[in-house]
Amino acid sequence: MGLLYGLIAVGLALIFGLMDVTNFAHGEFLMIAMYLSFFLFAFFAIDPLLSAPLVAAAMFVFGAVVYLLVVRFAMRAKANAGMVQIFTTFGLAILMRGLAQFFFTPDYRSIPQSWAGGKTVSVAGIFLPEPQLIGAAVSIAAFAALYFFIHRTDFGRALEATREDPGAVALVGIDKNRVFAFGWGLGAALVGLAGAIMAVFFYIYPDVGASFALIAYVTVALGGFGSVFGAFAGGIIVGLVEATTALVLPPSLKSVGIYAVYLLVVFIRPRGLFGSM
Amino acid sequence: MDKTFAARRRRDLIIAAALAGLAALAPLFIKDVYVQNILILTLMYAALSQSWNILSGYCGQISLGHALYFGIGAYTTELLFTKFGVLPWFGMLAGGVIAAVIAMGLGYPFFRLRGHYFVIATIVIAEIGLLLFQNWEWAGAAMGITVPVRGDSWLKFQFMRSKLPYFYFALALCSLAWFVTWWLEDSKWGFWWRAVKDNPDAAESLGVVVFNSKMGAAAVSAFLVAIGGAFYAQFLAYIDPESVMGFQFSLLMALPAVLGGIGTLWGPVLGAAILIPMTELTRSYIGGSGRGVDLIVYGALIVAISLALPQGLVSLFSRSKAKGATR
Repeated sequence: MGLLYGLIAVGLALIFGLMDVTNFAHGEFLMIAMYLSFFLFAFFAIDPLLSAPLVAAAMFVFGAVVYLLVVRFAMRAKANAGMVQIFTTFGLAILMRGLAQFFFTPDYRSIPQSWAGGKTVSVAGIFLPEPQLIGAAVSIAAFAALYFFIHRTDFGRALEATREDPGAVALVGIDKNRVFAFGWGLGAALVGLAGAIMAVFFYIYPDVGASFALIAYVTVALGGFGSVFGAFAGGIIVGLVEATTALVLPPSLKSVGIYAVYLLVVFIRPRGLFGSM
Repeated sequence: MDKTFAARRRRDLIIAAALAGLAALAPLFIKDVYVQNILILTLMYAALSQSWNILSGYCGQISLGHALYFGIGAYTTELLFTKFGVLPWFGMLAGGVIAAVIAMGLGYPFFRLRGHYFVIATIVIAEIGLLLFQNWEWAGAAMGITVPVRGDSWLKFQFMRSKLPYFYFALALCSLAWFVTWWLEDSKWGFWWRAVKDNPDAAESLGVVVFNSKMGAAAVSAFLVAIGGAFYAQFLAYIDPESVMGFQFSLLMALPAVLGGIGTLWGPVLGAAILIPMTELTRSYIGGSGRGVDLIVYGALIVAISLALPQGLVSLFSRSKAKGATR
């Protein structure tokens, strides 16, 4: 479960953490990805795990378009840019939820059978559900890929430079909008992967994103803004804390543990565990 | 400079008094209960947003967890009322004081955090409060509390036959929140807060005790929001954790100030006056379909206003004024 939280958070770590743009619609990105995966299954009988790359590609385009059409303008605000971003993306989230309700109805949907759904694998005598295992593997791969991408490629350097000083970056011929649109696309594609995998074992409904979004913010902040590795570590910690809390407290209180750990961490380290900002 | 500032403040006060007077007369002409309901909610959100604005607008500490204080105000009042028979008026004050004390207690560790870390901490603490109340059997858990009917009276702050007393209380609360903001704007605190917002390090070096001024803002803000919570609970006669402490509520409190103009005297009132009727009308006229059309319209409008007027609707007025001044 921790690695799944990590997978949802990794896209946010890129948008929120590395580009320093508040995105309150992250949960709704997840929701859209889950619906995409559901409809690919319902109409074309494509297994969610096979359609994951398709969903990710579609979400890449979606993320880039959202940036170019909306977020780009929110970032242009000179005064109280933070609030403008918060409320623009919050409005966007409500809009997306409304659209989902309109087109997909508020009904709960689920993917009844898929190649991996319901199967379990025995690892050293412990039975683990297969979809979660695949999610974990994809999560690790995604983090590794993103880490490599940010730290070893020109694009990663351009991204960080653009966040630091958009003016100077423009002088050396980097188009800020292209870099950030690509970054948003990538962030959305990653959450698309998460959505496709989660569609296998979670109910899909218009408000589904909200329940995961807050945990994703906490995961990113816990690990520290600006750190990919931090988000990965944050995801694992969140998963472990949740599992431990569920043993001690009633299940309805399991998130309290996560929130308490976040508060504890930032009181001791105000920049998160591995944060640079 | 000083003279124009004083003149502007006097003008603001006169306008506010005139508006409050006009609003007080409104029920003479508006008899429709539905419209009265919208007016009451508008005034309440204006008051809440004005209070939120003190901490987040003037002092610059963006809180998205003010639903916590709202919920504390609502729950303190109703628990005292239903379990111990304490009159809502005392419960309201108790709720305000408890909220202010909690705000300061939380401020102690929270105000060391900056930026996103602070915002997320405020969201998270309100969410913890929500979960605890949802699981607190004695306080009604997720089912909430239904306020028993004890008859129409100002003493018990309960009115079944008419909504007008609620209207006048909401108007009084809104005026109070506005007046407190107006008064603080020109006080030592007001100047400290703006200094803390603009540049905390510079403010500290000039002798502003940054920590204390944040604490003061948090306490005033939480107190007023909790009073609003107590009012809301009496007005609806029913509360449950999700509807008074949910994250949506924190955002709804901030939204009028942001749309109207964050950190300005008139922003919250203006924002609420436009946003709340709009929300209610879209909900009742196109929300009936159950297909979320109201959400689509509402979301799109928020996006449009925040993009078109990043400094809020108030900037429309000051812009035209600035033009007039240069001429």
